[in-house]
Amino acid sequence: MAQLSYLSPSSVDEAVKALSGTSARALSGGTDLLVQVRSGRAKPDQIVDLKRIPGLIGIRAENGGFVIGSATCGAMLSEHPTLSKIWPGVVEAANLIGSTQVQGRASLAGNLCNASPAADSVPALIAARATCVIAGPAGTREAAVETIVTGPGKTSLTAGEFIIAFKLPPRGPKASDAYLRMIPRTEMDIAVAGAGVSLALDADGVCLSAHVALGAVAPTALLVADAGQALIGTRLEEVALTRMAEAVRAACQPISDKRGTADYRTKIAAVLAHRAAVIAWNRAKEQA
Amino acid sequence: MSKQRTAAIVNGDPVEFLSDPGQTLLDVLRDELHLTGSKEGCGSGDCGACSVIMDGRLVCSCLVLAAEVEGCRVETIEGLSTGSTLHPLQQKFLDHAALQCGFCTPGILMASKALLDANPDPTETEARYWLAGNLCRCTGYDKIIKAVLDAAAELRQDRKSA
Ligand SMILES: Cc1cc2nc3c(=O)[nH]c(=O)nc-3n(C[C@H](O)[C@H](O)[C@H](O)COP(=O)(O)OP(=O)(O)OC[C@H]3O[C@@H](n4cnc5c(N)ncnc54)[C@H](O)[C@@H]3O)c2cc1C
Ligand code: FES
Ligand code: FES
Repeated sequence: MAQLSYLSPSSVDEAVKALSGTSARALSGGTDLLVQVRSGRAKPDQIVDLKRIPGLIGIRAENGGFVIGSATCGAMLSEHPTLSKIWPGVVEAANLIGSTQVQGRASLAGNLCNASPAADSVPALIAARATCVIAGPAGTREAAVETIVTGPGKTSLTAGEFIIAFKLPPRGPKASDAYLRMIPRTEMDIAVAGAGVSLALDADGVCLSAHVALGAVAPTALLVADAGQALIGTRLEEVALTRMAEAVRAACQPISDKRGTADYRTKIAAVLAHRAAVIAWNRAKEQA
Repeated sequence: MSKQRTAAIVNGDPVEFLSDPGQTLLDVLRDELHLTGSKEGCGSGDCGACSVIMDGRLVCSCLVLAAEVEGCRVETIEGLSTGSTLHPLQQKFLDHAALQCGFCTPGILMASKALLDANPDPTETEARYWLAGNLCRCTGYDKIIKAVLDAAAELRQDRKSA
């Protein structure tokens, strides 16, 4: 085995170069990567710690939206004075990741790029229509969050590429989001299913836009366009929610494993999406 | 590549150590700095026995590379008491018999310290959620939570009379 080396570049260019190596891996919080290195499941020859690159940790408001440095830990998201008022679903999803200790390290980029179908922050980010800013040998590009993961453990990032930030779009009045997951106990477990819903309402509570995304019910998190569509133009009346739930069930293609059967996951995903939609709608109505 | 040199502040003292790139902070604390209070229960972030405070944040030292702490402040269980005077958390753990084998205790004490640093008056629910990443196979947790809440009350009292 090639010997492992550790690098902590202080610029994006340096990191791009270091990550262009064949088996170099990006390190943010390490709560997935270091577990895998220690168990022998990952065998990188170089670990490239991104946290010392300026801007990779931190949150700033920009053009009416937010830019979140890719290595910002979960605890910092909830400590931010306004982020969880405007994107409570994104923050609650990220805060579900692991324990207090894990929250002090775990990042959105790591949660996404580890490419687990059950990653909690991913459905919430997709429903929020968040984008990734990606640095690479050809410069910087921006891509929707749902285009990054291509299958369990696989991403569309090419050699030398890494995520430097997530962008949350500007938010109008009467808009909010929510994320719910199902786990067999109250803390410290992996989602059996998860659902993120983001809504924008008019002054009368009618949905102007609606996005529904699911986790743990397919090889990747899913944006379910039909489910969102079923809510647009409605005040989340029972028939709208029923149509949304049908769209959710139709989109699910889960596996059966020790955490739940495919049937159970499909049923639960629809229940979670229903509840998350109602929470997002109530939150949106309360927004100025 | 050979060993890497890292400088950090551990329990208030500047330290320098050499580590292999794959070595964790926990490995270095225990094997290089001989601070064996932090324990390895799982090595995968699940048990919290290795909990230390790094630049004010509670982390699992088994999931931090030693080289990552360059320039950081690290607090371990060895720095909790003041000389031979126990920290109120330590005293309350004894008073409430909140430990049996003690393997989880250093991690739970550091996690509890981080809790009380951030929130001097936690509810029982807040304390239970905060400590959800610290597993104990012996006590049943109830005594631990009672000890933490009791220590919090004492620290609030101390602060008032100070
Ligand atoms: C005890 C415990 C409990 C957990 N509970 C949950 C849970 O409830 N829900 C959940 O979803 N997850 C959970 N996790 C998994 C993990 O904590 C999360 O996935 C976390 O968000 C990973 O982030 P990180 O910064 O630690 O990633 P890292 O371990 O640093 O990286 C993970 C992967 O992403 C890559 N990567 C990191 N940063 C970048 C970047 N900027 N650009 C491109 N690639 C990058 C790495 O190379 C690696 O492949 C848990 C883990 C532990 C140890
Ligand atoms: S040894 Fe670090 S969490 Fe168990
Ligand atoms: S006292 Fe034995 S594990 Fe907690």
